[in-house]
Amino acid sequence: MNLGTPPAGLASIDAVTTALAGVGYISTPAISTAVYLAHHLRKPVLIEGPAGVGKTELAVSAARALGFALLRLQCYEGLDDSKALYEWKYGKQLLYTQILKEKIGQVVGAADSLQASFTKLAAFEDLFFSRDFLEARPLLQAMEQPGGSVLLIDEIDKSEEAFEALLLEVLADYQVTIPEIGTITAQVPPLVLLTSNNTRELGDALKRRCLHLHIGYPQPELERRVLQARVPQIADRLLVQLVAFVQALRLENIRKPPSMAEAVDWARTLLLLHAPALDETLVRDTLNVLLKRESDIAEVQGRLPLLLKTATADSAR
Amino acid sequence: MERALTGFVRALRAAGAEASPGEVIDAALALELVGYADRGLMQTALATALAKSEAEKAIHDRVFEQYFAPPAVASSDQTDGATQDAAGEPAEAPARTGLSDVDALMALAAGGDPRQGGQAGNPALRLALSRAAQQVGLDDIRFQSQINYFSQRMLETLGIAALEARLLQRLGQADQAQRGASGAQTGAEGSITAEINALQAARSELQRQAAAYANQRYEIFGQAATEAFLTEVVVTRRFNQQGRLAPADMERMSAAVRRMAKRLAAKHSRRQRIRQHGQLDMRRTLRANAGHDGVPFNLHFKYKRRDKPRIVAICDVSGSVAPTVRFLLLFLYALQGVVSDLRSFAFSNQLRDVGAPLESLPFEAALQQIIDEVGGGSTDYGQAFIDLHQRHFDCIDRRTTVLILGDGRSNYADPQLHVFAELAQRAKRVVWLCTEPPGRWGSGDSCMLQYRPLCSHVSYCASAADLERVIDEALEAYA
Repeated sequence: MNLGTPPAGLASIDAVTTALAGVGYISTPAISTAVYLAHHLRKPVLIEGPAGVGKTELAVSAARALGFALLRLQCYEGLDDSKALYEWKYGKQLLYTQILKEKIGQVVGAADSLQASFTKLAAFEDLFFSRDFLEARPLLQAMEQPGGSVLLIDEIDKSEEAFEALLLEVLADYQVTIPEIGTITAQVPPLVLLTSNNTRELGDALKRRCLHLHIGYPQPELERRVLQARVPQIADRLLVQLVAFVQALRLENIRKPPSMAEAVDWARTLLLLHAPALDETLVRDTLNVLLKRESDIAEVQGRLPLLLKTATADSAR
Repeated sequence: MERALTGFVRALRAAGAEASPGEVIDAALALELVGYADRGLMQTALATALAKSEAEKAIHDRVFEQYFAPPAVASSDQTDGATQDAAGEPAEAPARTGLSDVDALMALAAGGDPRQGGQAGNPALRLALSRAAQQVGLDDIRFQSQINYFSQRMLETLGIAALEARLLQRLGQADQAQRGASGAQTGAEGSITAEINALQAARSELQRQAAAYANQRYEIFGQAATEAFLTEVVVTRRFNQQGRLAPADMERMSAAVRRMAKRLAAKHSRRQRIRQHGQLDMRRTLRANAGHDGVPFNLHFKYKRRDKPRIVAICDVSGSVAPTVRFLLLFLYALQGVVSDLRSFAFSNQLRDVGAPLESLPFEAALQQIIDEVGGGSTDYGQAFIDLHQRHFDCIDRRTTVLILGDGRSNYADPQLHVFAELAQRAKRVVWLCTEPPGRWGSGDSCMLQYRPLCSHVSYCASAADLERVIDEALEAYA
């Protein structure tokens, strides 16, 4: 198996971390190991975890860091092979058929027997089912990138079981079989990342083919670093308070705890409001950035002073 | 390293995490890539290749800590003393190569090379024990009671029989010497006593180390299997059997019920949309193909959306049925998410809606509150159905499955069959889970035989396994 020379960003696990940090994605050892192994074992990675912890962002950042093309397939109920793999360009085929209809006299004219004219027409039929009439969709496009690619199959749990089965060939052998043309194998195996929010249990066949990575809510230290990378202008004091508050909020009895994405949004909001530090009115007014459910906001409202006090006390230490 | 890896995978499987041969190959390749130098890195790499869900990851981390932990060392002051004493005799160490089995064993027990006898314990003994363990198939250990058996087998493989024979012989000599009791023999007697002491110390040290080793292996390979076995026993055990569930069993049962509910949830949440084969959706097809001059290239088919199950649970909370009620409710509340609409009522002589406490309070507290409030009256099924009909009739429609849990013993009150018939007619299905075996239906004050013709399904339900089966059937009706 000749992979050529891997990009510098994939030479070692530390190199992965450095490369990702270069594009502003703060990685953990688990994440870097998964990306590193995915490339060297030629295996897709299934990324699971709550919404907004940076699953999709990992794929986007990996593509940027490694200089690969990013191909994204957003899954939804009803997604099928014509949207994911390839489709024939029906319109173009139709148009060419019309042209052929008008010119049929010229084409067949020279032939003197039925057999001969049939042979001539058969040549055109092949023409209709050739690459010129093939519309490549993300999975096929990823196979055809000469410089390597990152294929992101987003929210695979939203698709149906049948679609998982469709993926098996692509993910196991990095090839797509088109009955009319043949099998197209990837020149450079793409780095495949699948994300799932676990709204339904994925099939075993798919799971067993993938490496597995779970990204959870970040530790305080990691969260601070991520916020520093994403919102560099933020003052240190506010940053520490903010992280302590968000971490405490996640332990509250709420349905949808704020994740990394919400924390970043909140940091930007506070920056926009020129807030030097957290105070109760400020938090109360901007709480809807962190919490997206009315019931969650109501739940936390009463306990805000206490939460704030502990968060600011923590940061003072 | 291959052996360590396959052993690790076996331990994983014993602990309940699946690992296919393909994944083991991945793990081996991953290890080759990351190397063995960094323990944390190795753990991450193995977890990435072998664990396929959050739950499996937790199992993986636990087994990794156990399996790649330093070997167990039985330690106590007494052993340390014994080891030191023996190791103090320099005569043994150089003579290791050409010695009889007994002396080799003595040397092993004594710690072999005193320079290596630091905190790592006794490497030579470790090695010998692990070889012996492999020979006797220690990794097949399943139950705690097997530890002694396996450690004895290991010692036999090491050749402890010879040591014991020598010990017996020396003891006999000492006995004789004592009986002879002549003053001239004191020197020989002293050496014999010293040897007896050394032999005994070596023997007990070997036994202790073998037992510690076997115990560690049991924790890796056996404990999960034992736990699984005990859970299976508890799940198929009848709720109303003599004697209450022990607290440990109660916990096992709760965990098992949650797992079962998760399994059912996974099974029944998969398909929400069913393609109606061959039924063309004309409107969507025409619209999609307007660009092709109306020639239907892209076909769109009709789908049928699956009803989400709606369940109304009606539970008798009188004393005899209480344990079953507890697990039925636990089961149903663990199923939330699959069951879109769940209402629960409890009654003894009056019906109460118990949804609110179950949703707001911790489960145990809620259950206690329900039993305190509702339980205690004399059971009256007829009154319960009248209450349901009068106050909550709107929660039953043609998509509702009504689950009734009770023994059907109504204390000779009017069973109100016409009210029940009206409920049954309105609901999609009425499933009665009876906690008494069919043989006792209709005896005494039991109204089961009168209610039975009106139910879609009546089944005897006396264990958690029965509960799973019945609820599975109830959900199946929505497929």
